[in-house]
Parts: sequence; structure tokens; C-alpha cells
Amino acid sequence: MQEFLQQLVNGISWGAIYALIALGYTMVYGVLQLINFAHGDVFMLGAFFGYFFSRWTKIAQEPTLFGFFATLLFAMVACALVGMIIERAAYKPLRLRPRLTVLITAIGVSLLLENGGQLIFGADPKFFPSLVAETKLYESPTLVISNLPMIILAVSLVLMILLRFIVMNTKIGKAMRAVAFNREAASLMGVNTNNVISFTFALGSALAGAGGILVALTYPKIDPLMGLLPGLKAFVAAVLGGIGNIPGAVLGGMILGVSETMVAGYISSTFRDAIAFALLVVILLVKPTGLLGSRVGEKV
Amino acid sequence: MRKLLTVALTVTLLAGCAKEENVIKIGEYGGLTGSTATFGISTKNGIDMATEELNAAGGLLNKRVEIIVEDDRCLAEEAASAVKKLITQDKVVAMLGEVASSRSLAGAPICQENKIPMITPSSTNPKVTEVGDYIFRICFIDPFQGEAMAKFAYNNLGLRKAAILKDSKNDYSVGLAQFFAETFKGLGGQIVAEESYFEGDQDFKAQLTSIKGKKPETIFIPGYYTEVGLIARQARELGIPASLMGGDGWDSPKLAEIATIKKPGDALKDCYFSNHYASDDPNPIIQSFIQKYKAKYNEVPDAMAVLGYDVANILFDAMKRAGSTEGSKIRDALAQTTNFPGVAGSTTIDSARNARKPLVVLKIAEGGAYQYVATVNP
Repeated sequence: MQEFLQQLVNGISWGAIYALIALGYTMVYGVLQLINFAHGDVFMLGAFFGYFFSRWTKIAQEPTLFGFFATLLFAMVACALVGMIIERAAYKPLRLRPRLTVLITAIGVSLLLENGGQLIFGADPKFFPSLVAETKLYESPTLVISNLPMIILAVSLVLMILLRFIVMNTKIGKAMRAVAFNREAASLMGVNTNNVISFTFALGSALAGAGGILVALTYPKIDPLMGLLPGLKAFVAAVLGGIGNIPGAVLGGMILGVSETMVAGYISSTFRDAIAFALLVVILLVKPTGLLGSRVGEKV
Repeated sequence: MRKLLTVALTVTLLAGCAKEENVIKIGEYGGLTGSTATFGISTKNGIDMATEELNAAGGLLNKRVEIIVEDDRCLAEEAASAVKKLITQDKVVAMLGEVASSRSLAGAPICQENKIPMITPSSTNPKVTEVGDYIFRICFIDPFQGEAMAKFAYNNLGLRKAAILKDSKNDYSVGLAQFFAETFKGLGGQIVAEESYFEGDQDFKAQLTSIKGKKPETIFIPGYYTEVGLIARQARELGIPASLMGGDGWDSPKLAEIATIKKPGDALKDCYFSNHYASDDPNPIIQSFIQKYKAKYNEVPDAMAVLGYDVANILFDAMKRAGSTEGSKIRDALAQTTNFPGVAGSTTIDSARNARKPLVVLKIAEGGAYQYVATVNP
């Protein structure tokens, strides 16, 4: 039972990362009906931006809490810019083309970032500096809670609440929802759809960048292909929760993280991915729109 | 103009041919980039050093030796195509590599098929040399390594309960785990948990948590340094006090950097692993090698560098004795290698084309430095 609690803690902190990446997928899908396959690679870029920033500013040598947040902020801003550039350069010229064309372009951008990353950063893994020293917050013989998973969880939750606030309570959030509902009608009402779409990409990419830093904190091995599997899993999480739905992405991420940890802990790590994907199939069989997804049918 | 071009081209081609005749080409395949890149880089450093010394002393059979290196990016499928390219395009006469057993197993059948002698410096899985009579190794094998570490844990450290965490897709790791478990149980010890992971995994907390519940005194992790470093960090984070143990796959200048909580290597403090040589061994052969290596590369050589240096010299010695670059003659000369004075001990190739050599047990001390603990003879 005690071991179960520990596994739950492990699973939730792992799930929070999926949730953070899944949010970016879901937002872009909600607004553009585009699955941005390059999203996982923006996550990778976030980790690398943080790596170079913390070394360059010497934060890596003498880590402080302020240094950690500065690195986090830098990675988020840099990723937001990258997200906007990707959208402007790769997706905007194709906005009126069939959705399949854009999807294939997204795969192309993903490959460009992965292989470009190997060219620029090198293919061998780098090791992210320990920006936050690990300490135990709670310790009993059977349950140990260290500060790192709690930081991941806390930062993720703050960012998710912030995101929810932006989408639900601000003018640009209202515009995002309007574009998501009907792009043409929104533009007829005077919403600058191009800016809204850029903003959506910036927001989603900033979250992916934050995810990159948070992952690198506990899992310090970073390499140009590190975004591949988490990106795929986060996409699964987004679909699981109902793609286009923000609370759904969080729920999906948590379910995936916890179930993966439970499978690895109680059955076998060999089945880790298999069972995670089997879960997706079962949920989609029962509820094809995902857990919290509601929209049925194509909108016109 | 066209005539001039033809002449220029012919001259270049002729010059190329003339040059070819004075060069012996030897292939090397290894992972210079990727998850276990320090293995490939260190091995290459050692081989390069041996080759430079040989060429400076007049070369081999009155020819210059050239090593042609292919990077397999630490992937088995890339290793196979690297070996194919070296044999068919570069026409190498012998092959050096790989470090990782899974990659050696991918390359060996191709060398065997083309009758190109291949020597691996440091693949310890028994299956590698079983591929055929052209495949050799100059290091000990996993049954010996696993047995030695199990005996060390049981007899020297007095441990009775061990857990195993292995890379289930890696021949080296699976083999070593099996031999460790067999010996440890044979001595009367208990394997309380056996968990697995895949190379490239980031999160090991689920496996470590279920291992923790079984309260082992030691966790045997026969993996490579990247994962070992990450596992060590996460084990300490989960409050697992057990000492960790492993094999020669731990040895890398990167290990201490990865296994860092506050200071380099502190997650692995007082952990033990088996290796091919100890850098604090006072033996003058070893110390003079370390000095030469440090002068050239500005770091203390790891075991892969030492074995890289030895493997090249053993091949050169065999080719000298064979007096030929013909595959079958080099093969026969290699098989007769007896008491070759290498840096990592005297090397004799046995009838199964393996080397019988002692191993050393190293302890990871403060700051990630290695400390010599014991020597185990076969």
C-alpha cells in the first residue's frame, strides 16, 4: 500500500510533464484543427535553450532559485519565438490548403528540428546542470517525496491555471475561443485571426519550453531526439482527454503518466508503452471524442 | 581544355594508385556520437595513438597503416552498414570494433562472411566470438565478470540480498545479469527483485520503487554509463541506501557528471564495478601509458582507451608475424597470440578466440574518482 503511494507520486509528477506538453497540442488543435507534430521538438529546444542559457550566464555553476526561474523564463520566451517563427514560415502560407498538406508540413518541421538539432548541438547527449539541489521534503521508510517532482507539479499547475485564466478571462483569450469556434465569422467580427493564431502558437510553445526545463531538472539527459517519444505520448494524452479541450489535456496527461508508472512498477517495464497505448484504444472505443471532448461531427 | 582535364584526371588517378600501394587499410567501427559515445571516442583515441607510434617507427611490412573509422552512432543497424561499407568500399584488410556487444554482434557476421579478421577490444558477451573463426576479442567475458562481481558482493562485502536492474534489449546487460544471478544464488545469496529497462529511458522510478520495497543490500546494474548515472540519481532521490554494483559498461569520464546530486559522482559514492584496468595501479607499463595519453588528450584514459591501444598493437603484432595482409594468414597469426604484453595485462588468445585476463574491482570515491579495490584472476 505504501509502495502504491510512492508509485502514485512518481506517476503524477511524470504525468504533469505530459500534461504540460499536451496543452500545447490541444490549444493549437482547438484553434487551427492542426496537429502540430513539431511540438515535441519545441519541447526539446526548450531544454537546450535552458542548457545553453544556464551555462552562458554561469547559473549552472552556482544554482539559485532565482537562476532556475530566469532559465525557465528564458526558455519559455525563446520557445514562444520559435513557435511563432514556425507558424509564420511553415503553416501560414498553407492556411487555405487542405489539412493534409499542413499535417505533412508539420512532420517536415519536426524532422527539420530533430536533424538540425543533431547538426548544431551534436547527437551525443548533454547533461543538464542541477539548477535546483535535490532535497527530501518528506521521508519515511516507505514514502519519500523529494522537492523535484513537487517543483514540476507546482510549476505545471501554476502555468495551467495561468493558461486557463488567459483563455477564459482576457480579451485575447476570448478572441482565441472565437477563432476556435469559427475562424471566418471571427474575422468578420474584426478579430485579427493571424495575430490570434500567432499568439496561440507562442503560448503553446512556451508551455512546451517550460516542459523541457522541468523534465531536464529530474531527467538531466538531453539530446536532439528527446522530444520524439514524449511528444507522441503527449499527443496521446491530448486525444485521451479530448483533443481541443484544455482540462482534458491535463486529465489525459495525468492518466497516462500514472498508468505508465503503475505498469512499469507492478507488471513489467517491457509493457509500459504497450499498455499506455492499449488504454488509449479502449477509451476511444468507449468514448470516441476522448474523456472530456464534446464536439461531435465536423463543423462547417 | 578537355585534353587538359583528362590529363589532370589521369595523373590524379595514377597518383592515387601509387599511394594506395604503400598503405595498409584497417577498418574501425564504433559509436563516436550517440548514447555511449565516450566508448567509441576513447577506443579511437587509443587506436590512433598506437597507429601513430607504429607509423613513426617505420610502419608495418614497410607500409604505412591507415585506420578508416566509421561512426555507427551507437546503433546496431548502423554498425552492420558501417562494417559493410568498410569491407566493400574501403577494402580494409582487418576490422577493429565494437565496444558494445550488441553492435559487435551486428558487425561480426559480415566480417566472418567476407573472411576479414575482426577483433573487438571490449565486447564481453560470449556470443560475439561464437560467430565464427575470424572473430577475436582481447578482454574477459561476461560469465567471468558476472561471477567475479557476485563473489565480491557475497564474500568481500558480505551482502546476502541483491536486486538486479538490467537493460532487457542489450545482449551484454542480459548476459551479465544472468551470470551474476546464477553465481550469487549458488553461493547462498538471494535475488530479491529483477527489473528491467530499455536504453534511452529517462524514468526509472517505477522500477526502483518496487525494488526498494524488497529491501536489497545491493542493486546490480549491468548497464552503460548514461543510464547507470540516471538510475543512481533517481535511486538516491527515492531514498534507496543500497550500494550499486555493475560491470565495465560503467567506465566513462561522463559517469560522474551524470550521477550528480550536489557534487560530481555523489550519487554513486561507495559503489563498485568491475573493469579491465585501474588507473591507480603502480605498474610502470600502465603509468607510462597514462602519461603518454594525458600528454596527447589531456585526460586520464578509461579502460576503453587502454583496450583500444592494446587491440591495435595486438593486430599489428599478428600482421607482422603473418608477414602478409591476407585475411586467413592474419587470422592464423592472431589465434597464436601468446603472452602479448599489453597495457591491460598480458594477453593470450585461447582456442575459443577469447582472452584470459584478470579483472579489477574499482570503487567510486569522493568526486567520482576510481579507487582500486581488488584483482580477480580467472
